[in-house]
Amino acid sequence: MAYRYLEDIATGDAAFEAEGRTLEELFREAALATFEVMVDTKSVEARITRAIELKNEALDGLLFDWLSELVYLKDAEAVLFSKFDVRIKKNGAYELKARASGEEISRDKHSLRSDVKAVTYHLFEIKKIGEYWTARVILDI
Amino acid sequence: MEIKKISDYVWEIPTSEKEGMLVPARIYATEKLMGEMDKGVFEQVTNVACLPGIQKYSYCMPDGHWGYGFPIGGVAAFSLEDGVISPGGIGFDINCGMRLIRTNLTVEEVQPRIRELVDVFFKTVPAGVGSKGFVRLQVEEFKQIMVRGVDWCIDKGYGWKHDRERIEEYGCIPGADPSKVSEKAISRGISQLGTLGSGNHYLEIQVATPERIFDKSVAKTFGIFEDQILVMVHCGSRGFGHQVATDYLRVFDTAMRKYGIIVRDRELACAPYNSPEGQDYYKAMACAANTAFANRQVIVHRVREGFSKVFNKEPEELGMDIIYDVAHNIAKIETHEVDGAEKEVLVHRKGATRCFGPGKKEIPEIYRKIGQPVIVGGSMETGSYLLVGTEKAMGETFGSTMHGSGRTMSRAAAKKKVIGSELKKKMEEEGIIVRAVSMAGLAEEAGFAYKNISEVVDTMELAGVSRKVAGLKPIGNIKG
Repeated sequence: MAYRYLEDIATGDAAFEAEGRTLEELFREAALATFEVMVDTKSVEARITRAIELKNEALDGLLFDWLSELVYLKDAEAVLFSKFDVRIKKNGAYELKARASGEEISRDKHSLRSDVKAVTYHLFEIKKIGEYWTARVILDI
Repeated sequence: MEIKKISDYVWEIPTSEKEGMLVPARIYATEKLMGEMDKGVFEQVTNVACLPGIQKYSYCMPDGHWGYGFPIGGVAAFSLEDGVISPGGIGFDINCGMRLIRTNLTVEEVQPRIRELVDVFFKTVPAGVGSKGFVRLQVEEFKQIMVRGVDWCIDKGYGWKHDRERIEEYGCIPGADPSKVSEKAISRGISQLGTLGSGNHYLEIQVATPERIFDKSVAKTFGIFEDQILVMVHCGSRGFGHQVATDYLRVFDTAMRKYGIIVRDRELACAPYNSPEGQDYYKAMACAANTAFANRQVIVHRVREGFSKVFNKEPEELGMDIIYDVAHNIAKIETHEVDGAEKEVLVHRKGATRCFGPGKKEIPEIYRKIGQPVIVGGSMETGSYLLVGTEKAMGETFGSTMHGSGRTMSRAAAKKKVIGSELKKKMEEEGIIVRAVSMAGLAEEAGFAYKNISEVVDTMELAGVSRKVAGLKPIGNIKG
């Protein structure tokens, strides 16, 4: 688990820092951190898969769009994801191709936590420190 | 930062304190609340003071805490000609608000059946992450709701004809335009009508205990009596509103450069009200606001059905009228006195509630002589308040007051201090039966994570802005 929640910022919401050796790992960890706010992802089986394709000039824009898309799907399709397979290429702009796996939300089966309304720009940051990519995200609850 | 004391409950940060401030900032708080005030509030309330077209002051209410762009508890009015509209001044949950419903029942009649009632609501009012509503909608119907709000619900049998009179804006803000909302927002929200959400949202069964009816005469006009059972609903526009806000924050992030607006905080993204982007967002915001009014309407329908089932009487026989419904995350076009003249302004209230005084035409006729009912939510352990707006509020804060207690502790920290199941047990010992979809979510909502609601409410009473009518004690609660 390469993410941790930050207690001292965001009074009403959820804040986390995620990291990865590769960009793909970072994006995976950030997605996991986002869903862990909403559910114990261990209780979510990977039964359905959604393909996600995104493009953005900027890396922070790509991460923002990636997490926002997952939050959108959570409501639009009433699904929770627990497994993420991410590929990122730079072809002028950044291109993301991913598969998110999970299942339909069930109050009885899943240990539900707090609903995420949105990804915010507040203190939003993605950068490389030495070997690792890191990101900081605040989610509106 | 220099903070001047204007009175025991009003503090001012002068324009000299931050470059770019067009008006001073004013924070409503007692000395004690000021001492405990989240430092982010001072930063944010002064950032808002820099926005183009802001009138009089950038306000923060006593329940204030750090938010996105605007602080929670933030109030700011902008000139329509050269002012801005800002999603951060409204919030992601557009028209998150409160509705209070009365009954003819007493606590004596309801207490023996409280568990049954809570169970019925837990089953019939969907709550929690990604919950689906029971009203199946086609896209065209959803668009109708965006434009007509509560009226759509009443036409479909979810409510009574006179319900609309007891809702802010009569349950429908004019100017909503569904062509201004994205397909994404529509698909995100279309199956969520009639759902509660999670976090600090709730459906609460309450008692108006005799010792906490503060103004007997106003209470009577509002339909309150001693030991009466009431129901309070706190929720908003769900995924639809959240997506509208997300979409337009993105739009404004790039549009700002076009209009030469620079903001210190990306979440304070805005556009001139009089620009295509500003107008589009206003029309989309109205769509979301109207779906939130409709959302609370559908939930109230379920509440009426639930009481009817348990007590074997029609809801009309049980006197289950709406007392009032208020929005606390919204922007409204209102007429206020500025520099001695009547002026149309766009009032942003983020985590703040309208509290108009007597005589205002926006208030329903039944309450117009008294003032507008204001519903303020406390933590789930401490209870809530019904207040009334005052004449003084109009000139003081653009007719605005607080919306709730205000958080003091992060969710992550609260979860570490208490376990949900233990908190539930403690609440039961204190006479509150609670059913929550998420135990972790329940822990996050513990009373100790919030300011003292009485202090917050007393501040605005001392300031002459809103007056206490009744304190409402929780006895049953549904949470997402």
